[in-house]
Amino acid sequence: MAGVEFVDVRKSFGAVPIIKGVNIGIEDGEFVILVGPSGCGKSTLLRMLAGLENISAGSIRIGGRVVNTLPPKERDIAMVFQNYALYPHMTVADNMAFSLKLNGTAKTEMERRVSAAAEILGLSSLLDRYPRQLSGGQRQRVAMGRAIVRDPQVFLFDEPLSNLDAKLRVAMRAEIKELHQRLATTTVYVTHDQIEAMTMADKIVVMHDGVVEQIGAPLDLYDKPANLFVAGFIGSPAMNMINGRLDPEDRTAFVAVDGTRLPVADPGQAAVGRDLVYGLRPEFIRLDAAGLPAEVIVIEPTGYETHMIVKLGGGEANCVFRERVRVGPGETINISIDADHVHLFDKDTGKRLSR
Amino acid sequence: MSTMSIEKPRFSLSTLMQNGNMLALLFMLPAAVFLICFLTYPLGLGVWLGFTDTRIGREGIFIGLDNYQYLASDGVFWLSVFNTLLYTTVASAVKFALGLWLALILNEKLPFKSFFRAIILLPWVVPTVLSALAFWWIYDAQFSIVSWSLIQLGIIDSPINFLGTPNNARASVITANIWRGIPFVAISLLAGLQTIPQSLHEAASLDGATSWQRFRYVTLPMLTPIIAVVMTFSVLFTFTDFQLIYVLTKGGPVNATHLMATLSFQRAIPGGQLGEGAAIAVAMIPFLLAAIMFSFFGLQRRKWQQGGQD
Repeated sequence: MAGVEFVDVRKSFGAVPIIKGVNIGIEDGEFVILVGPSGCGKSTLLRMLAGLENISAGSIRIGGRVVNTLPPKERDIAMVFQNYALYPHMTVADNMAFSLKLNGTAKTEMERRVSAAAEILGLSSLLDRYPRQLSGGQRQRVAMGRAIVRDPQVFLFDEPLSNLDAKLRVAMRAEIKELHQRLATTTVYVTHDQIEAMTMADKIVVMHDGVVEQIGAPLDLYDKPANLFVAGFIGSPAMNMINGRLDPEDRTAFVAVDGTRLPVADPGQAAVGRDLVYGLRPEFIRLDAAGLPAEVIVIEPTGYETHMIVKLGGGEANCVFRERVRVGPGETINISIDADHVHLFDKDTGKRLSR
Repeated sequence: MSTMSIEKPRFSLSTLMQNGNMLALLFMLPAAVFLICFLTYPLGLGVWLGFTDTRIGREGIFIGLDNYQYLASDGVFWLSVFNTLLYTTVASAVKFALGLWLALILNEKLPFKSFFRAIILLPWVVPTVLSALAFWWIYDAQFSIVSWSLIQLGIIDSPINFLGTPNNARASVITANIWRGIPFVAISLLAGLQTIPQSLHEAASLDGATSWQRFRYVTLPMLTPIIAVVMTFSVLFTFTDFQLIYVLTKGGPVNATHLMATLSFQRAIPGGQLGEGAAIAVAMIPFLLAAIMFSFFGLQRRKWQQGGQD
């Protein structure tokens, strides 16, 4: 097992820069998720780590060794592909044993490792089947088994769950996390789904447009997003963003573009007179008979909680209430805001200003 | 309960058009007529002629297996069988090897890839007779460009008699056939190669496979179904080849390059023995059936291609 390090890594296809200088340190045994919208360069970065793409500049180290020019097979890594990339003409057992067969592992050792991996993944009864005869979730497990038998330094996952249906995805999410807890192999996982990132990662790397926006533990990113992009990307339903400025008389009040006054507990470095964005997560809006009136636009009961879109501060705001609220669209509810959980961002630079 | 009067269906064009079976028959009729006139009838007539002593200008009578008995003791016929098998085996094997090699090269990232892919089709596009005529000049006993070049290079001192001696002639016609047949094999296999997902190659290289191992364990097994189809067609085309031989050697020297197809034509049309020529042609059928059976079993879906239940 080993740590992974990206030092000022760059990549361009022709004149088009795709990765614009990325620095990431990954500790030995850590589960790191690269997350970002499609086209942000996260898959390219993973493929560069795997050795499937060239590195234009910078260096990538695995276990302290620079691997920039090493071919994939010498990097001691295993990868799970989005389409699983199982060899269709080989049985499950042969698929899992292929890498061992190539490096000349003894037959008994090969069988032992394949059956051990199959045991972990619950594939023991499927070893003689061909990939075509398996369901999506089973194929996914075989792809993971193929990675496990090699006992590599690093596991790479390239959007492994995106071909599965929603229910299976949740189950596999837990399985992969459990697998990592069991094997404690360094893992780099790419996804565009921030829920996957939040639920599985030790550390999340949020990427956008070929640069790293923020690196941190899931809840740190949630509680203290470094900029507007991370704030909007992490969390579902998304954070509410309201444009406005601080009240020149009272820095603990935010005046939205329509004149609504919203509370701020700690404005931090936010300056009076600058255009700001008021960030507020939906769960920090509460029902309060003495609070601000807000007109209801849409109500979405999920059973466990009630999602609502209301008019607030010249725009629309998502709210999540634990209570079952009996109102209809067009009616007015009264809400209050938990000022301790308000974020302020600079509208031009997108940087976080509140502490 | 109300009674309903069921109208008796009247026989008309519109009811006919509602009848699925009638419609199906109607739609198949043109194709069936076409197939019967141009496929079943000539084939049946050929088989029938093989059992008669028909000559050009004379109606024949049924003579049973006499033609075949005669052919069984005819040395030229057996020579043509040997030539055909040699021609088919060598040409198909070389076409497969070179075609696969070309396809693998063209599947790599190359500059001007589409240009090369287009150019490789040229031998296939040129009419056989034209390319055969060109080869005729290349193989000319006196003016051959190959002989001339080799003499200029000082490798040989007299022109090679390409079509004059039996073995030279066999090698020459096989070479010409290979040249003409490679594009079909190469382009078809290239199409097959392109259906293999890139991620399988990537997975194999991460699994530690060298490029030879990737070919041996991933590319080749996944290509076998396409290889079976392509080689069946290639063998059928080669086995029934006629034009190339007829233009280059007309079967000579001393029948050394006579294939069953050319011998059949030779005996039937210039020789006038329609019955005997037909019998030679019919004698090709078992070989062609064998080739088709080979492809049938080669093409059978392998276990890994089947989906679903156990």
